[in-house]
Amino acid sequence: MKFNPKILGFLCNWCSYAGADLAGISRIQYPPNLRIIRVMCTGRIDPVLPLEALANGADGVIIMGCHPGDCHYMTGNYEAERKIKMLKKLIAPLGLAERLHVEWVSASEGARFAEVVENFTNQIKVLGPSPLRQEKLDLSKWEGIQAAKEAVEDFRLRALVARERKIIEEGNVYGEEISQEEFDRKMDDALTAEYIRNRIYLILEKEPTSIKQLSKRLNLSSKHVLDHVVLLRRRGLVTVDKIEDMTPIYSVLKR
Amino acid sequence: MEHRRIETPKIGVFICHCGINIGGVIKVPEVVQYAKKLPNVVYAEENLYTCSSEGLSKIKEGIQEHHLDRVIVASCTPRTHESLFRATCTEVGLNKYLFEMANIRDQCSWVHMKDPEAATEKAKDLVRMAVAKASLLHPQEETEIDVIPSALVVGGGIAGITTALCLANQGFSVYIVEKEAKMGGMLRYLHKLYPTMRNASEVLNQLVNEAKASKNIEILTSSVVKEVKGFIGNFEVAIQKGDEKTVNFEVGTIIVATGATDFEPVGMYGYKKFDNVITQLQLEQLLKKGRLQNLKRVVMIQCVGSRQEGRSYCSRICCMTALKNSKLIRESYPDANIHIFYRDLQTYGQEYEKYYREVQEKGVKFIKYLPEKPPEVSLGENGKLNVNVYHSLINKQIEISADLVVLSTPLIQHEDAKELSQKLKVPLGPSGFFLEAHVKLRPVDFATDGVFVCGSAHWPADVGESISQAYGAASRASIPMSLKRLHTEALNALVDEEICSGCGLCELTCPFAAIRIEETKKGRKAKVIAASCKGCGACGAGCPQMAISMQHFTDEQLLAQIAALAEVKS
Ligand SMILES: Cc1cc2nc3c(=O)[nH]c(=O)nc-3n(C[C@H](O)[C@H](O)[C@H](O)COP(=O)(O)OP(=O)(O)OC[C@H]3O[C@@H](n4cnc5c(N)ncnc54)[C@H](O)[C@@H]3O)c2cc1C
Ligand code: SF4
Ligand code: SF4
Ligand code: FES
Repeated sequence: MKFNPKILGFLCNWCSYAGADLAGISRIQYPPNLRIIRVMCTGRIDPVLPLEALANGADGVIIMGCHPGDCHYMTGNYEAERKIKMLKKLIAPLGLAERLHVEWVSASEGARFAEVVENFTNQIKVLGPSPLRQEKLDLSKWEGIQAAKEAVEDFRLRALVARERKIIEEGNVYGEEISQEEFDRKMDDALTAEYIRNRIYLILEKEPTSIKQLSKRLNLSSKHVLDHVVLLRRRGLVTVDKIEDMTPIYSVLKR
Repeated sequence: MEHRRIETPKIGVFICHCGINIGGVIKVPEVVQYAKKLPNVVYAEENLYTCSSEGLSKIKEGIQEHHLDRVIVASCTPRTHESLFRATCTEVGLNKYLFEMANIRDQCSWVHMKDPEAATEKAKDLVRMAVAKASLLHPQEETEIDVIPSALVVGGGIAGITTALCLANQGFSVYIVEKEAKMGGMLRYLHKLYPTMRNASEVLNQLVNEAKASKNIEILTSSVVKEVKGFIGNFEVAIQKGDEKTVNFEVGTIIVATGATDFEPVGMYGYKKFDNVITQLQLEQLLKKGRLQNLKRVVMIQCVGSRQEGRSYCSRICCMTALKNSKLIRESYPDANIHIFYRDLQTYGQEYEKYYREVQEKGVKFIKYLPEKPPEVSLGENGKLNVNVYHSLINKQIEISADLVVLSTPLIQHEDAKELSQKLKVPLGPSGFFLEAHVKLRPVDFATDGVFVCGSAHWPADVGESISQAYGAASRASIPMSLKRLHTEALNALVDEEICSGCGLCELTCPFAAIRIEETKKGRKAKVIAASCKGCGACGAGCPQMAISMQHFTDEQLLAQIAALAEVKS
């Protein structure tokens, strides 16, 4: 059967939604795969929302807002850009990064809007159906996206994203200057760590598991997994369920 | 972020054919049947034009007869029509925030014309997503804001001056910002004006003097708009006057009256190659200064650079301009032989048609050419111009010699129009002119509240039309300014203090300093300053406790729309 991608778009009211209308007024034809959700500004896009769309089986998610400098609320599009950058890193290990895309389209760019939609649709066609489609759900990827959702709801990541501009422009609390590269590295570390912890938590939530089994499922060294479990214990999220053959079996404490 | 339902909603769905705009592509009856089966939908019907008075009555009847507490119209774009449908709901007591739209025209039937099947499926999906959101809508109360009773008019041509005077005479203060050193626009360069044949300078000077004398009008020449911030009622404007310091002021409304400029036909019909090939605008100046002598043979070519690839529109003023100028030439040089080469003559309306007859009677000759066989201009041995053309009515190639060839070129948009459109966040249409919110329903409004357009900034228009539009724009702009107060949309951030941990990330994020942490009895909590909050949602998108909900765009509503996507057929 021909692959007909499901694409979800989050469009800001002031620029891109108006650009989409202009494409209509100008009768510019483009592929019919996009379903649009209107938001006032791309700054409204909680990182959970695109992940939720992917978890719901969207083959692609596109966020469109005003060009840099043109946001009706001044900085909403910069916020969105940072969040999507973080999200793409987070879902890259799941092979989903290319299914998420941001574009700036102004109210006067009807033709460009159509072009962007056409290009993204073609890109998704090349990628094929999402592994998170209900019909043939890839369970490990589904677990992965759930962990990603948990991770972006976490305070530490949100705080990093919210502070990114300030941290880079004004330095950290000790007044040290931090470059964009350094920040990105810190962000990467935080992302990976949060993501793994959430995967561990989700696995333990299903059934009590040992470090060895965890490290096998996650394809990570036992030492690495243990570090995360220790931290989760300290946060009061995980506990030792029982000891079997001298091996501790961990389970979750309800959040 | 769980889905939360409060009561069982009763949703009514009204699906519009928009004549054939939607109905010609999407199978509307099928969408109606589909809508009827969706959860919480108790009523669905189709309308030929939901926005007609009949369609609006149907909505009101629907609400009353079926006790609807949520209404969805699946039609065009909320950017132009939401306010109309919301007002209709309000009339019969339904809070306007319980209304939702599905855009199945601009973003569906118009853009998938060749694929009715897919368009119909997409329309169903859009309706389903709208129903999912509508089920979770809440009634909202709006807050009021003050409207600053002054206006910014960009452009000091006849349209800008007229609209400014109109507002000033109602007591509003008006700033006119004109980028040239002198006021007046295109009329400064014109000779006489059709159809009255009054001197352009007379018409203009009278208005410019009135504007200069008005105590409510401040004129800023050699000035351009540098920056615009804010919203209807409270725009903050920065004007750059030459190299001087920027001037800042606040206005409640903005009117775009920047006119248009004329197209230079370089490389066409020997323009710039032969001295006596000129444009109508150049002819106006020669006539004005009385510089034309011994005119025996004149050829005018219409549609030079218009109604062709790249500039497909009709510039509307050029046919009448050619008629006017040939009439003037015949009056000064009764034996001058004038030919007008045209594709179609646009002399619409009673008065202009009469004018055309008069010019015909004066002996001006009309030759219809075909766009695929345009005239050719060459230099003859006697130093005269030869114009060769295929006469499409007598089916013959003919040659006419001329002392003067006049090219009727279209009005085109200024190069800096795009920059202005971006600053004001209003669109330009495909031909580069400023695009109104709706051709018929809101012809001088932009979709952005509080910004209006008039004159040839919007489309090539003659003086009479520009003036009517200027009155229209002034009258539209005066509505919020007379009311003095406006309701702001209830789109604020709301903090749930029970959940807020006082972390302060929202305060860090808000670009308007509209949310801040305060010490309360329950500890540090975020508080929203309602009047400053613009409802962008940035704070909500970053709150780690999910303590902030955005009115009318809540997480639950967006998640429900996303979940509805999962059912998209593929
Ligand atoms: C050759 C010719 C002959 C014509 N003959 C007739 C006729 O006989 N009868 C008739 O009714 N109509 C005639 N017209 C049409 C007439 O010129 C227009 O109807 C009229 O000029 C429209 O007025 P306006 O104020 O909208 O625009 P304009 O006259 O173009 O004025 C716009 C003003 O805005 C200023 N401006 C532009 N951009 C900016 C900016 N970014 N910031 C600040 N200021 C800006 C411009 O400098 C200009 O002063 C003719 C037009 C042409 C070209
Ligand atoms: S971000 Fe959320 S939790 Fe933090 S202070 Fe603001 S509302 Fe409270
Ligand atoms: S919605 Fe936007 S303007 Fe309002 S408080 Fe939040 S960040 Fe500030
Ligand atoms: S309003 Fe368009 S991105 Fe903010």
